Amino acid sequence: MTEFLQDPFTWIGELLKTWLTGLGLASDFVTFLLQLLGALVLATVMLLLTFLLIWAERKIVARIQDRLGPNRVGPFGVFQTVADLLKLVTKELITPTGADLIPYNLAPLLAVMSVVGLWAVIPLAPTLLGAKINVGVLYIISIGAIGTLGIMLAGMSSNNKYALLGAFRTVALMISYAVPMVLALLVPVLLAGSMDMSTIVNAQSPLPFLLLAPVAALVFFISSLGEVGRAPFDLLEAESEIVAGFHIEYSGLKFGMFFVAEFLHAFTISALTATLFLGGWQGPWAAQYPFLGLIYFLIKTSIVYFVVIWIRGSFPRIRIDQMNSLNWKLITPVALLGLVATSVAEKLAVEFAWSRLLVHLAASALVVLVTLTALGIYARTTRKRSEQMPATGATSESLTSA
Amino acid sequence: MLEPWIFIALLLGAGMLLPGVAIAANWLLGPKKPNAIKESTYECGIETVGETYVQLKGSYYIYALIFVVFDIEAVFLFPWAVAYNELQLYMVLEGVLFIAILAAGLFYAWRKGVLEWV
Repeated sequence: MTEFLQDPFTWIGELLKTWLTGLGLASDFVTFLLQLLGALVLATVMLLLTFLLIWAERKIVARIQDRLGPNRVGPFGVFQTVADLLKLVTKELITPTGADLIPYNLAPLLAVMSVVGLWAVIPLAPTLLGAKINVGVLYIISIGAIGTLGIMLAGMSSNNKYALLGAFRTVALMISYAVPMVLALLVPVLLAGSMDMSTIVNAQSPLPFLLLAPVAALVFFISSLGEVGRAPFDLLEAESEIVAGFHIEYSGLKFGMFFVAEFLHAFTISALTATLFLGGWQGPWAAQYPFLGLIYFLIKTSIVYFVVIWIRGSFPRIRIDQMNSLNWKLITPVALLGLVATSVAEKLAVEFAWSRLLVHLAASALVVLVTLTALGIYARTTRKRSEQMPATGATSESLTSA
Repeated sequence: MLEPWIFIALLLGAGMLLPGVAIAANWLLGPKKPNAIKESTYECGIETVGETYVQLKGSYYIYALIFVVFDIEAVFLFPWAVAYNELQLYMVLEGVLFIAILAAGLFYAWRKGVLEWV
């Protein structure tokens, strides 16, 4: 029993393995069956988790906006999402005329698949990791892009101009924010010396990478919000401009699947931020008691997820020109600068045996200082320019932004 | 060696299967009464005019070109980052030089006014 309390995941796995081998199955087949079981359980848990996530998000956003939020179905309205699902299940699936049927029907499946697939490489606890592959970070980048591809396919195949505009914006968003995200992902890879996610978590044992590379953590967080298309970067489904964007022609659960994918993606980027920069399952006694590791991981992820919702409740949606300038003129240069600062600081710390934390903090402070100075100069020149020609500045910008 | 990839394949399969099942359930349970007006393109009650597949703005294309440069950069930088612990200081500085050349390219595009959304 103590073994179970210490490490329930390995215990259950061993139990099932002994039982299946006892039935007289070949050991390869037993491994395959266990993997199949693990994959099904992981995918189901993730999809069921969405119920809770949607409820939590609606509740928190409601509180930010001084409302009550869902409070009728079940305690604190917790079953509201289940009721929504039941309603969606009984709705008619409408396929618009002229839709490209294969991509149209494939798109919601791809959107969910990519999000669920990301969880294969996230270490949930010391002994609970779906797939330990040595290219984990590259896997995240590539599989994460499939979700955006699904959104793009939805927009392109719906035979609707609003959906097409949503798809254009998705492409712009994806290709813009992939760049700083990749640059920020290089920093944990560089500090851990490996692309394997569990190695990255192990390397954060004394100090989480948030303390060593706060700039990269912030850049990763913002750019993954953009990559996912979360508020304030949700202009691919801006209600006031393009109705519902890419999912305008979807009804019933096909629409529901995009909804699931979006909420789950937000939770997944929180989990990725927690894993890569906050130390994942690391915490006191987590190595001896893997179950505690899972709890630490969930706590860290929930904190980041709360910040994601908080941002959604606080920031207005940005325009597409603002989105592009924000990315290419601010976040990408800062990401490049942060990468250079971290790589040089780490080598210097090793070379001269300086305190690792202090060197990295000094490097980050330098990056922040340079960024703030550049922003200050930019703000001053812009102000000067708008003072010279007061009338044209604002109006011409708002006319060309569509 | 192959085991984790089998798991990933199974997980991706499950990720396709479960929403597929949900949509199939919806198809079974939901009403099926299609008509021409219901299936017409939704544009807030206004009839759609002309071709749906309009040309995309040129700005998107230019951003895509810059993106390609930086994405190829990532391909070169990931091996550099993985091998970081074995690198000498001057090798790290060579990587920094590589990044600086790319940053110069970004800065050039910026000065040329490519990054303005028009």
